Amino acid sequence: MSTSRTRAGVFAPVFSKIAPALLSVGTLVVAWELYARFSGISAIMLPAPSRVIGQALEHRQALFDNTLPTIRATVFGFGCSLTAAFVFSVLVDFSGRLRRALFPVFIISQTLPLVAIAPLVVLWFGFGLAPKIMLVALVTFFPMLVALVQGYAATDDDIQSLLASMGASRVRVFLLARLPSSLPYFFAGLRISITYAVVGAIFAEYAGAAKGLGIYILNAKNNFRPGLVLAAVLVCATLTLVLFGITVLIQRVAMPWERLDQGRRR
Amino acid sequence: MSAPRLELRQLRKRFDGLDVLADISLTVRPGEFVSILGPSGCGKSTIFKLLTGALQTDGGEVLFDGTPLEDGRRPFAFMPQRDALMPWRRIIDNTTLGLEVQGLSRSQAREKVAPLFAEFGLDGFERHYPAQLSGGMRQRAALLRTVVQQRDMLLLDEPFSALDALTRAGMQRWLQAMWERHRWTALLITHDVREAVFLSDRIYVLTERPARVLDEITVSLPHPRTDLASPEASAIEARLLQTLLNPQP
Repeated sequence: MSTSRTRAGVFAPVFSKIAPALLSVGTLVVAWELYARFSGISAIMLPAPSRVIGQALEHRQALFDNTLPTIRATVFGFGCSLTAAFVFSVLVDFSGRLRRALFPVFIISQTLPLVAIAPLVVLWFGFGLAPKIMLVALVTFFPMLVALVQGYAATDDDIQSLLASMGASRVRVFLLARLPSSLPYFFAGLRISITYAVVGAIFAEYAGAAKGLGIYILNAKNNFRPGLVLAAVLVCATLTLVLFGITVLIQRVAMPWERLDQGRRR
Repeated sequence: MSAPRLELRQLRKRFDGLDVLADISLTVRPGEFVSILGPSGCGKSTIFKLLTGALQTDGGEVLFDGTPLEDGRRPFAFMPQRDALMPWRRIIDNTTLGLEVQGLSRSQAREKVAPLFAEFGLDGFERHYPAQLSGGMRQRAALLRTVVQQRDMLLLDEPFSALDALTRAGMQRWLQAMWERHRWTALLITHDVREAVFLSDRIYVLTERPARVLDEITVSLPHPRTDLASPEASAIEARLLQTLLNPQP
């Protein structure tokens, strides 16, 4: 019995799955294009998608130069946040007291309005990479931590008592059962957080940066260039989608058993 | 008559002031298959939790080979009610779990388990994930995981209760054949009268909560037991049902 399918057999269902999404997105873009062209609205107010794409191509070098710092801030910030979330999730999993001490702090950190915090962090740490990393981490740390902690808690009790009956230590139970059990929650958190991460990075740049999509958007807006604003938005959206896609791919590779539940043996 | 391998003496357990086990005394001799039969929710599984150290007793003694069962000694291999296979591990790596916990490397453990796959009807499924197996196969994998730990005694907690009737009957036959060959010392928890008669040398019948031993029945039918419709088997079944349904203190 073979679990692998043929290549054509893989791509045909993928296409039929994404066709509705292509259709809905396509409809929106066409509607926008028609409205911008025929309603008489000025291109300063609302440029048509074709114009946005034209401007994006025209300014591709500047966009590219400003995208790199944003990617750097997103990836570094998210990397730090992931590492910290993992370390703290393990700590609070092993110590209830630590959990009760730290969780209020984390929750309070989530109540801070980014609009107020971002300029302050830039003020304290300058226009470099550091404040961006911090702001991205601030936005993504808590969702990742919660996802991991919830994932550990979702471990099957039967599996844990089985391991205990085998004489497994608390650390072994964590490594053998709790950590793998958290994977679906981890990836759910990852998909949400990665989208926050891009937004966080752009917001940090918006508050003050030498280069980056955030500052590019700010400058374009101040120069009354909505076409360029939207071109930068297009780049942001593409970047987020690519990062999102990467997390989905990683999940597929990391959890090969996950898709078996649907495609059970015939 | 050989000395008991496991002996429980007046075991008691309370939860929040509620008596769960009132007085459980029983023995299991080496190579014997003993069942604990009782109504649902009577605290049968609690006995196993006390034995595996998941819970502490509130009185009574547990003797293993004549000496009290101190902490850290693990003579039991436990098979839980649901198979508790890890969905993220392949079948072979699920079956080696106990050996890995004992400290064997993954490859050593695999070497030890691999030859047993044919006997457990799992040949060719080593690299599959649990989600790809039928309920009966999963249960066989769970039993394989239990016996390869090579403990002195097996604790089986309603191992077939989650299976459909036909699969369950097949698994009972299979388990009996396996037991014939290996003569494990085993304690089985069940609420299935026929299963108890089919598999056991002796059966302890428990009362409703708080549980105490109501009756002890020796099943002296010859192995292999293929004929469950024999008058002897039916008589024992009738007596068990009678005891369970009309408990006389």
